[in-house]
Amino acid sequence: MSLFADKISIQALVAKEPLALPIIRDTAVKAGFPSPALDYMQDAIDLNQLLIKHPSSTFLVTIEGDSMIDAFIANPALLIIDRALQVCNGDIVLAVVNGDFTVKRYVRKADKVFLVPENKQNPKYQAMEIVDGMEFSVWGVVAHIISSPRKR
Amino acid sequence: MGCSGTYYFFSSKTLSMFAIVDCNNFYASCERLFQPQLEHQPIVVLSNNDGCVIARSNEAKALGIKMGAPAFEIQTLLEQHQVAVFSSNYALYGDLSHRVMQVLGRFTPAIEIYSIDEAFLDVAQFAFTDLSNYGSAIRAAVLQQVGIPTTIGMATSKTLAKAANRYAKKACKTTGVFVIDSEAKRQEVLEALPVEDVWGIGRKYQIWLDAHNIKTAWQLSNSNLAWIQKKMGVVGLRLVKELQGIACYDLEEQPAAKQGIMTSRSFGHLISEKKLLQEAIATHATRCAEKLRKQDSCCALIQVFIHTNAYRKQDAQYHGVLSIPIPTATDSTSELIQLAMSALDNIYKPGFLYKKAGVYVSEIVPRSQVQLSLFSSKDRGKEKQLHDAMDKINTLMGRDKVRYAAAGISRKWKLRQEKKSPCYTTNVNELLRIKN
Repeated sequence: MSLFADKISIQALVAKEPLALPIIRDTAVKAGFPSPALDYMQDAIDLNQLLIKHPSSTFLVTIEGDSMIDAFIANPALLIIDRALQVCNGDIVLAVVNGDFTVKRYVRKADKVFLVPENKQNPKYQAMEIVDGMEFSVWGVVAHIISSPRKR
Repeated sequence: MGCSGTYYFFSSKTLSMFAIVDCNNFYASCERLFQPQLEHQPIVVLSNNDGCVIARSNEAKALGIKMGAPAFEIQTLLEQHQVAVFSSNYALYGDLSHRVMQVLGRFTPAIEIYSIDEAFLDVAQFAFTDLSNYGSAIRAAVLQQVGIPTTIGMATSKTLAKAANRYAKKACKTTGVFVIDSEAKRQEVLEALPVEDVWGIGRKYQIWLDAHNIKTAWQLSNSNLAWIQKKMGVVGLRLVKELQGIACYDLEEQPAAKQGIMTSRSFGHLISEKKLLQEAIATHATRCAEKLRKQDSCCALIQVFIHTNAYRKQDAQYHGVLSIPIPTATDSTSELIQLAMSALDNIYKPGFLYKKAGVYVSEIVPRSQVQLSLFSSKDRGKEKQLHDAMDKINTLMGRDKVRYAAAGISRKWKLRQEKKSPCYTTNVNELLRIKN
C-alpha cells in the first residue's frame, strides 16, 4: 500500500496504541436500536503498522533545512529511517560524511557515488561525489517523510 | 591429571552449541550511533550522579582510564585528551538493547538475555553448518539494523563460549567471531585466558587457585576433578567441566521471578532535611509498587535505608536501615508509602548529610496467591482501580504525571546528570536533529 499514490483516497487514520478509538462491539445495547454499523466494524487503522515495517531498526529523526525541498522533504519534517532496508540507487538516505549527518539522494553512476541535493531554486546546493579519504557511510534509508502543511 | 580428554564437540551424542553475543563497549557505542563525529574518539560514560566511569570506548581504554575511576580524579586527563564525557542515559541504552535482542531473536527463539548488552543463543541446530559464517551474519545484522558492533563467541558450553568471546575481542578484531570447534582451539583460547577472567571465578577462588599455581583457564580445565570438587564444591566441578566443553548449564530463557526489588539513588547533592528524604523515599516506594504491579506480584517485606557519604571523612557517618513485615502482601502505592514513611521516621536522625536513600521490597509472591488478612481494613478493590488508573495515565503521559503528594514536587534530591545525551529513541521532543 503506497502512501504517495497519485490518486488520493481519504481514510480515517488512527494510531492503535495508545490512541485507539474505542470500538463498541458489545451487542447488548441497553435501550433503543443497535447500531446498523455494528456488524461492519473493523479494527482502527494503525499508522505504526502502515509506516513501520521493521520496528527494531526504525528511527525517527527531525530535519531542518531546504536542501531536499524538491524531494518533498519540507522544512521542517519528520523522517522515518529504516536501517534494515538495503540502500538502492536513487534512495534518499541519511548519510554520515566525515562525521556529519546529511540527508541526500544516493546516486551511483559508473562506479562513482554521489550525494545529490534537490533544490532547483538554490544553486548553493551541489551534488557531492564521495571520494577516497572521505569517511562515508549510509546510516539508514529514508522510508517515509512526514510533514505538517498546516502552520501553527 | 589428564582429565581434559577429547573435546566434547566430537564425542557427544547430543551436541550442544552456545553463542554469546556481546555488544562492544555498549554504552559508548550507543552514544556514538547518534554522534558519528565521535567515531575513533575516546568516550566515557559516567555512573548515576556523574560519579565514576562505568563505560569506555577502546580509545578511552587506551588512554589508561580505568573502570570505576572517580570523574573528579581524572578530570585533567579527560580535558587533556578531549574525551567525550556522557552521563548515563539508560532510556537510550535500554531501548537500543531491546532492539539488539529483537534482532537476535530473529535468528533463534532460544535466547537468554544475560544482561543489557549480552545474550546467549542456543545454536545447536546450526552446528553442522559453518558456524563462523553464521556468527558473521548475526553480527552484520545487528550492526546494520541497529548500528551496534558486537563480538560473538561460540562453544559447546556457556563458560567456554564466554572465553571464546573474550578471545575474539583480542585476537579477531576484524571478524569479531570465534568458534571453538576443535581441541586445538579450546587449548588456544584457554591458555590465553587468565584464571581470574573465567566466567564465575570470584576473587576468593582466584587467590586460592593462584596459590596452587593455577594461573590460566587451561590449567584449571586440566585439574583433578575430585580435588576441585573437594575444594570448590559442585559449582567448581561444573565450572571445570564447562571449561572442558561439557555443558552443565542450559539457557535460562524465562527470567526468574525477582527475589526483591530495589529502588535507590544517590542524591545530586548531600541533603539533611527530612522533607527531602521523605520525598525521595516516597518516590522510591512508588517505583517499587509500580514494578510489583507490572509483574503481577505483591511484597510482604519492605526495607528502607538512608546513609551518609562514607568517602567524606570530614562528615559524621550514619547508616540507618529498618525492615517492616507486611501482614498482607501488597502492591499498593499508598500502603508502601505509608510503611516507608513510618520506617523513615524511625531511622531518620537530624544533623547528618545524607548521600543515598532507598527502598527494597522482598518476600514477593504472585498477586493471585495473596492471602487476605483477617485484620486488613483496606478496600483493595477500590485501591486496585485507583492504581490501574494511575499506571495508565503515567504510561500514557509520562512517568510521575500523577503521583502521591508525599513524593513531592521539588525534587531537589534528584540525580545530577549534567552531560546526558538526548533520549533519541524514546522521547519525541529529543529526536536526532539534522540540519540539511
